[in-house]
Amino acid sequence: MSSQLEIVLIAVVVAAACALPGVFLILRRMAMMSDAISHTVLLGIVIVFLLVDDLDNPLLMVGAAAMGLLTVTLVEIVTRTKLVNEDAAIGIVFPGLFALAVVLISVYARDVHLDEHIVFQGDLVFAPFDRLVIGGIDLGPRTLVTMTVILALNVAFIVALYKELKLATFDAGLAAALGFSPVVVHYLLMALVSITAVGAFDAVGSILVIALMIVPPASAYLITDRLAWMMSLSVMIGVIGAVGGYGLSRWLDTTIGGSMVTILGLAFGLALLFAPTRGTVSIVRRRRRQRWVFAQTMLAIHLLHHEGTPEAEIESRVDHLWESLRWEPGVAERVIRHAEQHGVVRRSAGMLSLTSEGRGLAQEALSRS
Amino acid sequence: MNLTELLDDLLFDYTLRTVALGTAIVGIVSGVLGSYALLRKQSLLGDAISHAALPGVVLAFMITRSYGSIVLMAGALVSGVLATLLILAVVRSTRIKEDSALGIALSVFFGLGLMLLTVTQRMPGARQASLERFLFGQAATLVVADVIAMGVLAVVAVGLVMLLWKEFKLVSFDTEFASSLGFPARALEVALTTLLVVAIVVGLQAVGVILMSALVVAPGAAARQWTDRFGVMVFLAGAFGGFSGVAGAALSSTGSGLSTGPVIVLVVSLITVVSMLLAPNRGLVWNWVRQLRQRRQFRIETVLVDLLALSQQHESIDYGHTVEAIHAMNRGRRGEARTLRSLQEKGLVTSRPGGRWSMTEAGIVEARRILEATGEIPDPGPLPIGQVRVTPS
Repeated sequence: MSSQLEIVLIAVVVAAACALPGVFLILRRMAMMSDAISHTVLLGIVIVFLLVDDLDNPLLMVGAAAMGLLTVTLVEIVTRTKLVNEDAAIGIVFPGLFALAVVLISVYARDVHLDEHIVFQGDLVFAPFDRLVIGGIDLGPRTLVTMTVILALNVAFIVALYKELKLATFDAGLAAALGFSPVVVHYLLMALVSITAVGAFDAVGSILVIALMIVPPASAYLITDRLAWMMSLSVMIGVIGAVGGYGLSRWLDTTIGGSMVTILGLAFGLALLFAPTRGTVSIVRRRRRQRWVFAQTMLAIHLLHHEGTPEAEIESRVDHLWESLRWEPGVAERVIRHAEQHGVVRRSAGMLSLTSEGRGLAQEALSRS
Repeated sequence: MNLTELLDDLLFDYTLRTVALGTAIVGIVSGVLGSYALLRKQSLLGDAISHAALPGVVLAFMITRSYGSIVLMAGALVSGVLATLLILAVVRSTRIKEDSALGIALSVFFGLGLMLLTVTQRMPGARQASLERFLFGQAATLVVADVIAMGVLAVVAVGLVMLLWKEFKLVSFDTEFASSLGFPARALEVALTTLLVVAIVVGLQAVGVILMSALVVAPGAAARQWTDRFGVMVFLAGAFGGFSGVAGAALSSTGSGLSTGPVIVLVVSLITVVSMLLAPNRGLVWNWVRQLRQRRQFRIETVLVDLLALSQQHESIDYGHTVEAIHAMNRGRRGEARTLRSLQEKGLVTSRPGGRWSMTEAGIVEARRILEATGEIPDPGPLPIGQVRVTPS
């Protein structure tokens, strides 16, 4: 396998692995927890490194994941004191822990390849060179193997606890009443977020972890209302971001991570504009259509109201609509044309009359109110 | 290095004085504006804004080819404000919640910034480090020109806060009320948020994007614990921020190789933790002490009232009751013996031979007073066991 292909593959696996827990972060309104966790894992790595003095020790990941959970717990403890709001609690806890990590590095681990830059720029370009070799067999790039395992873990977790996750996310009270423990589900999910963040952090840097966890699910959230769909779409968008980002980085000769985020940002923008029913374009179109439908109904009711009365002569005249409905001639003309097209009214010699469908429409509208 | 030397350096060492002045400005202005953010539940907006400033910094450089503080800060300001407006627009017009919107703006803007940063690497004559200091902050590289630029922005920001003190306070506490009084609430909110962006931009090159969010949140959160008055809170937050700035600069200058930004954040975090624990009224330790005291008072009253109930079943108040009997009326609690001893010190009970206890006249008066205060009418005479429920429930 060429190293370029391996890079793309790693990007794709990382994106998919991040998108899955991200869906639940979005739905549980905990998106910024990914920000906190992806920064504080550095402290976990540093502490374990200072204990074992080896940057390749698997315990580093354990320590990092534990620190992720500790972050969540600390934020909850601070929030529960009611001394500050939850967002302030996040804003106090994670920079403090991160600053501690940076200070520890600069005091004890100066000469090691471990510094705060890793937070911003994990480098996918070098990922293929760090290979996992067990018993003389090359299993592929280390990052690819770890992230595949993490992806599998995420999938297994979600498949196994789908019902519980769904219930705890959408109605924690009901979940508790039915005997599922939303707290256990919550901490399992946070453990998963931590593990995923740690694995991905190494490959792409923590800001990209945030992007991969939040942006694809948020885009999917605009497109669909179904949880299963939202997860599939998130993974798809993440994968598009990975492949597209790789292409963009080759084209501009720039960082893969930054390019992936840029593509994801574009994807979110597109979802914002063009999502069916929730996109800006479809909202604008729906409002416009509703305006004409409403006007057409008004016209039908107006005509029905005067139908068969002595005033019908005057009230049904096209140029009288200004006086009865306060429609400018241009607007009136457009409404009439719209109504004619939909078979609501007929026009002959400046006079309007209802079709039977139009009569039905007006009567129905009146009975609804 | 001892404290006097440090103070001496702070005042007379040119480099340290410059750096400390810069970080003090950063601390003060972010503490002041951060207090408003805290009040308006926008603490994490600071985090998003500081990350989102990066593409502005890089673009400002790409356009002007200048590393001047003012130019780069202007770029940061523009993209920070843009990100804020986008966040507000997305939250208001879609189903995306605020936390997601913050995360999206933060990561997408920052990713874009990183991408642009690598593009500038290939530009002839580009000094990467001058831009990268916005990422991690390098207070040690601050020069007088930087500090002047930061100072001007800070004075403008804090000056506006003082000028529009009443208006800002009103929209922060009650936006609807402000607009009902005819204040342009929306414009004021936008102005306040823009000033927050200014505060962040001032601090970026000193402490960097991640740690900047701590300076926005922590001083205000610490100050909040000490007072219920907003004016005092803002002042204290500025003071805490400024102190952390100076302390961070001084500590990191002692040659231990610590960089300034993280030390500032550790100092301000420490202040916050201490405030949350020790501040009078709100502090957790005081809260805990108060609870202990209340619990003890409750135990004393309970035992006294129980003893009264027991006494009513005997002819004489001198009849001694065993600790076990009192304990039986208080299932699940312990320490009656100790409580009885402290009641004895107050002259409310007396000990009788055989480890028994009985009430004094004063004890009876006190027990009746307690029962009246809790709304339970004391029984005038003896009653059979099982019908008396004299312990306050």
